[in-house]
Amino acid sequence: MPSNKSVSDAPICQFVNCRILRDHKLQREDLWVREGQILDPEKLFFDEKGFADKQVDCEGLIIAPGFIDVQINGGFGVDFSQPSSDVASGVRLVGHRILEHGVTSFCPTLVTSPPSVYHQVLPQITVQNGGQHGAGVLGVHVEGPFISAQKKGAHPEQYLRTFSSPGLSDLLQTYGTLERVRVVTLAPELEHSTGVVRELSQRGVTVSLGHSAANLSQAEDAVQSGASFITHLFNAMLPFHHRDPGIVGLLTSDRVPPERTVFYGMISDGIHTNPAALRIAHRAHPKGIVLVTDAIMAMGLPPGRHTLGQQVLEIQGLHAYVAGTKTLSGSIATMDMCVRHFRHASDLVLLDDDLNVKATYICGEEVWRKKT
Amino acid sequence: MKLMILNDYDQASEWAAKYIRNKLLQFNPGPGKYFTLGLPTGSTPLGCYKKLIEYYKKGQISFQYVKTFNMDEYVGLPREHPESYHSFMWNNFFKHIDIRAENTNILDGNAADLQAECDAFEDKIKAAGGIQLFVGGIGPDGHIAFNEPGSSLVSRTRVKTLAQDTIIANARFFDGDLCKVPTMALTVGVGTVMDAKEVMILITGAHKAFALYKAIEEGVNHMWTVSAFQQHPQTLFVCDEDATLELSNVSCRPPSINTVLCMQHMNYVHIQPIYSLYKLLCAHTTYINSYVHIQPI
Repeated sequence: MPSNKSVSDAPICQFVNCRILRDHKLQREDLWVREGQILDPEKLFFDEKGFADKQVDCEGLIIAPGFIDVQINGGFGVDFSQPSSDVASGVRLVGHRILEHGVTSFCPTLVTSPPSVYHQVLPQITVQNGGQHGAGVLGVHVEGPFISAQKKGAHPEQYLRTFSSPGLSDLLQTYGTLERVRVVTLAPELEHSTGVVRELSQRGVTVSLGHSAANLSQAEDAVQSGASFITHLFNAMLPFHHRDPGIVGLLTSDRVPPERTVFYGMISDGIHTNPAALRIAHRAHPKGIVLVTDAIMAMGLPPGRHTLGQQVLEIQGLHAYVAGTKTLSGSIATMDMCVRHFRHASDLVLLDDDLNVKATYICGEEVWRKKT
Repeated sequence: MKLMILNDYDQASEWAAKYIRNKLLQFNPGPGKYFTLGLPTGSTPLGCYKKLIEYYKKGQISFQYVKTFNMDEYVGLPREHPESYHSFMWNNFFKHIDIRAENTNILDGNAADLQAECDAFEDKIKAAGGIQLFVGGIGPDGHIAFNEPGSSLVSRTRVKTLAQDTIIANARFFDGDLCKVPTMALTVGVGTVMDAKEVMILITGAHKAFALYKAIEEGVNHMWTVSAFQQHPQTLFVCDEDATLELSNVSCRPPSINTVLCMQHMNYVHIQPIYSLYKLLCAHTTYINSYVHIQPI
């Protein structure tokens, strides 16, 4: 039955025969979408006397909000940290392929690199909405170079930097522009970091603490100045200690301003963190968990040697190491694998009971469907 | 007056739903010929609504040419509040069927001029040609809609302050907190429901037994406003066994679920709801006046 179009001419799509995630439960409910917005059907009925123009039968599948990956370094052979003249097509390729994993928006992530790389790569990445072409680009996540040498992980030591002053001048010098930057990972124990965190937060850039040897008190200061995220919790930071929990202690810190939440990324690929640690973090602070892939260019590629930024890596099965060492360097897990692992622990994803992605929708339009 | 006694809540709900379904099919609504239905809220009619939704999903009935008029709505409660009667009707009935929003009518408890809203509601009923079948429930104090004890038996749609008993009974929908329960409501009057062509009252549960007794075995009295329907030409009470516990005229009860009895008082009938009038209507072969098949023992 057609809508009576009293508020808008745009067609209304009703997803029927599905289960939606609402109030933290799976419930048998229909989902109504118009022009990429989820509608309140009760309001639609009583206010607009509206109806659905089109119905999509979900065949009993689960509808979940599309996954957002805020830490993904590349995939399918594309490495976002590689200085290339056609970064845009690399971003487009990854954006298109990750629809298969249910990801509808992402932040292309650049690891610690020399300024020349940032100057070349950043201007070529555009913030854009998702659609038939691929997942939406929310902005860039720059992971480094203002991180701790002690906790560099797979980042190249020679390009690490420190702040010479509290303002944004060092960042502008390194990155060239902060225009498309959405998330900055930095180590809060670096001198002048408080001022940097404050300026970035005021600009609306998310500051994430990571690759750091900070103690809890330094981390709390950063949060008070505006930091709101932790980069891959447990990895590249001091381990939890009962007398100084370090950055991990932010999950239950009482110095976090009451109206704010500290979110933490977790790579739940079964390799970067032990499931027990995953559960401890989730139970301590369930509202803050954010699953990330931290996927590298080799994600989606066969085993062997590959490049990540300025370094060479080796893929062995589901593990990716810095070549010649046992240091983990990012994961090759896909987002839907991380979600499934976490369960053993408009933008929408259709999932079956084993949380396999069957179809991906952006703005209510089907952009990918699993071929059976 | 007819009183149908079913074994339990589920059977009573199913019987009532089938009755409504059959009435709708018999009326055969179409463009320009709407079937007007008065509807209640609360826990009693939930089973009936579920069954009606089932019949719609099976393709047995359509609500495309049905106009509904709800009995009441709280005053001052936001429409999207989960306990508003708008939300109740949407979640428990409207969203599962093919009724058009413009054919549903629920009083607006947030209207700027409440009495004008009530008067307009009466006009809408008149404009729709009156109500074919008004389905209602009964409160523990014998009220119909929010016509509390003491309400005029010829009242029309108006604003009412709720009785203490009603507020207490409704508290379970507001986290058990009496302060959260609205104290006023807009309601159709007893007179408004009496104007309907046919009235069906659903009563289930032992806590309603005394109210039922007062309503049908004693006189017409404004302290038990449902008693007004003793003076309506076509009233039907549908209850479960528990609701009849206070009735004195039910002289014996069936020993088993499969027995059908013919009572001394023709109006009180224990029936087994197996007879499918639906099949008959679809075949267009027979037109019968009584919906009850009585087998003398």
